Amino acid sequence: MRKADKRNKILWNVAFVIVLIGLGFSVYKASLRINYSWNWRAVPSYIIYNNVTNINSPVNGVVKGYKDGVLIIESLAKKTIKLKVAHTKLKPGSKVTQDEPVGYNSHYQPGPLLIGLIMTLKISFVSIIIALVIGFITGLMRISSNPLLKNLAITYIELIRGTPLLVQIFIVYFFIGTVFNMTRFVAGAFALAVFEGAYIAEIIRAGIQSISKGQTEASLALGMNYFQIMRYIIMPQAIKRVLPALAGQFISLVKDSSLLSIISITELTKAGREVASSTFSPFEVWFTVAALYFIMTYTLSLLDRYIERRLARNE
Amino acid sequence: MSENGEAIIIAENVNKTYPNGVKALRDVSLSVKKGEVVVIIGASGSGKTTFLRTINQLEYIDSGKITVDGVDVTDPKTNLTKIRAEIGMVFQHFNVFPHMSVLNNVILAQTLVKKRSRKEAEDIALEFLNKVGIADKKDDYPGNLSGGQQQRVAIARALAMNPKIMLFDEATSALDPEMVGGILDIMKSLAKEGITMVVVTHEMGFAREAADRIVFMDHGQIIEINTPDNVFTNAKSERLRQFLSQIL
Repeated sequence: MRKADKRNKILWNVAFVIVLIGLGFSVYKASLRINYSWNWRAVPSYIIYNNVTNINSPVNGVVKGYKDGVLIIESLAKKTIKLKVAHTKLKPGSKVTQDEPVGYNSHYQPGPLLIGLIMTLKISFVSIIIALVIGFITGLMRISSNPLLKNLAITYIELIRGTPLLVQIFIVYFFIGTVFNMTRFVAGAFALAVFEGAYIAEIIRAGIQSISKGQTEASLALGMNYFQIMRYIIMPQAIKRVLPALAGQFISLVKDSSLLSIISITELTKAGREVASSTFSPFEVWFTVAALYFIMTYTLSLLDRYIERRLARNE
Repeated sequence: MSENGEAIIIAENVNKTYPNGVKALRDVSLSVKKGEVVVIIGASGSGKTTFLRTINQLEYIDSGKITVDGVDVTDPKTNLTKIRAEIGMVFQHFNVFPHMSVLNNVILAQTLVKKRSRKEAEDIALEFLNKVGIADKKDDYPGNLSGGQQQRVAIARALAMNPKIMLFDEATSALDPEMVGGILDIMKSLAKEGITMVVVTHEMGFAREAADRIVFMDHGQIIEINTPDNVFTNAKSERLRQFLSQIL
């Protein structure tokens, strides 16, 4: 690189940061124009919050002691009562009356957005596994010389790719789900897997066909059978080649899972809608939801790059 | 080789037409004896590579019959993987497995097809890698090797299966000129060891030196089968004389 080019590059990177800041500022300005009052402070509690429960004394009595989170009270009837209380200010000897707060317990609990996020992760994970199985099998069927297998694969792929995912989700949930008595989760994961499986099948097919025929011929000449050739020669090379496309498809799947909110699966998007409608902070909530999706997809993206680099070493 | 040796490859009236209508093979008949080195020469498109590939059925035929070591390979009921394991093949474009180390290239089919243990396969692999002079590269990946080195790996890979027959399909055509000699030397030493070889090549020097018989093909037909001496000094057919005059 020439010296001047290097300086220019730094300059353009600085410009990039300035543009980003500018964009952020205009969002802020735009919100001022509609008199939106930002309330970011409430947002963390939608993800995780400290659940506080007050503990009341069940009887009138005297505090006898406090040890290891257990408050010991002796009632007027000389009965000893033990209460689990994490935080208390009462000292031994303090008098307590019935229903008087003696302290409180607190523990962290996942907020609605985190619960939704976990559901999105769960359903995406299950769908990816099923979609991979479907994709591999139909991808191999697609390049089979047997007309039955081949045409079945083509029909599946074309039907799925030619209809909207939302419509497919409705069909799976209301028709197939009812017939087979599926839970929402199963119907949702299944619909998503069937949809992405068609795309994965095409990726796998392209990957296999991109490996030179000579590889198969050399393997055949060595006496290897179809399964061995696929398992040891073609697939390892094909998967390496289509890994970026597969990763892209996984990322799509995670994002597409947001459509499952329509059949009342409380994943991240549905959780976002619930929180947004019960608070007065729609902007904060949706920005947060977007950020959470981005964290998931970007993690996948990084994972893909890491694996690609690992595999590239062996060449 | 002895004139009345036992035939290991017998091709009878083999015909093949490609889907695009090109007649690749017309009534090709040839028998190769055990231990014999047969070199097939001819212009591009003469059908010599196609014929070679019919021997291990990488290319199916339309009519005729090919028997290898007593097994009719053109019979649909024949278990091809079994007979293919006994026929080694070396390709113009090497076709080594790029995702495996050199050693694993040579080991894989031994363990999968011959059911050898990893240890045994490794010993055999090293023996043949040594023989082709590339044992020092055993842990490298093919991407780091030159064409000549890759072809050595491919030859070792084929030999490690202890084949009864070796097929060479223009094994030096894709090599840089300075690599050709080394590969031809390996092929010559194999020929001397008495392994049955069918070699498609443009290297007339090799044909003259190593062949027991030379087969000349043109337009899908065998035009002449003769000894090397006769081919180069006393060819019967006009077309062979013409072909030789163009390339020599």
